[in-house]
Amino acid sequence: MAELTYREAVRDAMSEAMRRDEDVFIMGEDIAEMGGSMGVTQGMLDEFGPDRVRNTPISEMAIVGAGIGAAVAGMRPIVEVMYQDFMTLAMEQLVQQAAKHRYMSGGQIKVPLTIRTQGGAGWSPGAQHAQQVEAWFLHVPGLKVVFPSTPEDVRGLLWSSIYDDNPVVFFEHRTLYGIKTDVPEQLDGIELGKARVHREGEDVTVIATGRLVHESLAAAKEADEAGISVEVVDPRTLLPLDEEALVASVKKTNRCVVAHEAVTRMGFGAEVAAIVQHQAFDYLDAPIERVGAKFAPIPFAPVMEEYVVPHAEDVLAAVKRTVGKE
Amino acid sequence: MATLEEKGQTATAERLKDFLREMLLIRRFEEKVEERFRAGELPGFLHVAIGQEAVAVGVCRALEDGDVIASTHRAHGHTIAKGTPPNEVMAELYGKVEGCSHGYGGSMHLYDIERGNLGANAVVGGGLPGIVGSALAFKMRGEPRVAVAFFGDGATNIGTFHESLNLAQLWTVPAVFVCEHNRYAESTPSSQHLPIEDMTKRAEAFDMTAMTVDGQDVEAVYDVAKKALKHARDGKGPVFLVADCVRLSGHYVGDPQVYRPKEEIRELRQTRDPIELLRRRVELSDDEWDEMDREATRIAEDSVEFAKKGTDPKPEDALKNVYA
Repeated sequence: MAELTYREAVRDAMSEAMRRDEDVFIMGEDIAEMGGSMGVTQGMLDEFGPDRVRNTPISEMAIVGAGIGAAVAGMRPIVEVMYQDFMTLAMEQLVQQAAKHRYMSGGQIKVPLTIRTQGGAGWSPGAQHAQQVEAWFLHVPGLKVVFPSTPEDVRGLLWSSIYDDNPVVFFEHRTLYGIKTDVPEQLDGIELGKARVHREGEDVTVIATGRLVHESLAAAKEADEAGISVEVVDPRTLLPLDEEALVASVKKTNRCVVAHEAVTRMGFGAEVAAIVQHQAFDYLDAPIERVGAKFAPIPFAPVMEEYVVPHAEDVLAAVKRTVGKE
Repeated sequence: MATLEEKGQTATAERLKDFLREMLLIRRFEEKVEERFRAGELPGFLHVAIGQEAVAVGVCRALEDGDVIASTHRAHGHTIAKGTPPNEVMAELYGKVEGCSHGYGGSMHLYDIERGNLGANAVVGGGLPGIVGSALAFKMRGEPRVAVAFFGDGATNIGTFHESLNLAQLWTVPAVFVCEHNRYAESTPSSQHLPIEDMTKRAEAFDMTAMTVDGQDVEAVYDVAKKALKHARDGKGPVFLVADCVRLSGHYVGDPQVYRPKEEIRELRQTRDPIELLRRRVELSDDEWDEMDREATRIAEDSVEFAKKGTDPKPEDALKNVYA
């Protein structure tokens, strides 16, 4: 086993792929000398040079689009979009081009492109640097969406994303970069579309993504003390979604909470709730609970920010509601 | 023995005849498209490039094997000129499996990867960033290939145009940006959408080499495209190529063109039709012209027959090709 931070794990997956494969290269804003605004690509310029660690202008449409064109021409580019909020600037290229080229061509084209981005609340960056937008992309046939929560997962899933023949939007969470855990010595891909059970439990299933995986694990510990056994499942890949694993867990526990940092309304949790109630209706002993951000942009003032986005206590409260112990 | 000069003249004459044949084929093909659309046989909506054939043929004939293009919503001419058989283009317009996008694309999404057509794009300016990326891939791998984007003057107002030219020049990728400057953005004349008259100023901001050509003169287009492609292929950076051209049709098939004086089209048809201009230059006999015309018409008619006999996709095939 080796110990890596989430940040190092991302870097490790990219570097290994670039050592192995000339077709893999990265481009993005401030990723070369500066090493990325989150320090993820530090040292990569020295190892791989400016041709394969391409610093770009602030130009999201062009860099995402150039990634598409390079992928179509046989490369496996990784494009870093500095903040997921800035994905808004590249939406046309992602949604109209990357996601549809294969389809509109009747299967002639592959777009093996990985778009890495990050963000999230928890450090008061304000409304244009803090929202979680992963759900927007779940509505787009042709894209894959990945959102890992641990160093091991982020490394293995990024590896698989790079070698997937489809455009993958890969979300990292700002507050997770410093997490350090054991990862396997050997870098192996983790299959996209497979959930991970982080903690087994009997009474309630919490399906959580990103930062909320960690909040949910904290909530589960507290629930234990109140005599409630919580199972925490991280889908890790949101599109395609491991429905089977999620439904199997709920069939075992008979109760379900979905937790994510993004706005609750019309969110990922709504779709999961629909899937679970449809496939496990007769197993449910309580309404499915959703935990997410309140319906507002992410505010600046720390007290307001903390109020808007969910935390462990929100997950715990939802868990308790499902077992009637409010 | 023919002198070198005479041989050269013969070669040029043959080349011009080849251009004429191809332009006429595209013209007859698109007239057939209009006719079949009006007969109610073609689903969706269509844009023809009648009047702009010289740009498609001049540029595509100047390409080398391995070069790639991205096209626009007005894509039939580019696609045929890049080598896709008219049968496959027409079959696509009929939504058939035999179509060049197997019925998944339609008129505005003609693809032919094998022949280097990376796709026509229904988003104005949507294909430009991709061309920068493909050109970047060629450069990184040291391949002597060029990526060419077609687009109209209307696209020079959208962000992708400026971001793409900026990045292409910054990284000196082998790309050629062909602006088909027909002076209409859909229905809007350039006086209402362009703040500049000289389009090469668009490239000046990026210090990009710009070239301008009479887009109704196929020989001139071919010559300038050769120059632009060589510049890009030699590693000297991308080129912005402005082809001043004339759209003799409406924006879409059925467009009553209320925004355009009737006399303008009438006059342009008489004076600026690239096929008529070329026909006069190559001095074809009436017999030769008639034969060429009959052949083009026959190919266009055959493509309709081919398409009508084509296979309808199975409805459930709509769920294929979403992912690789």
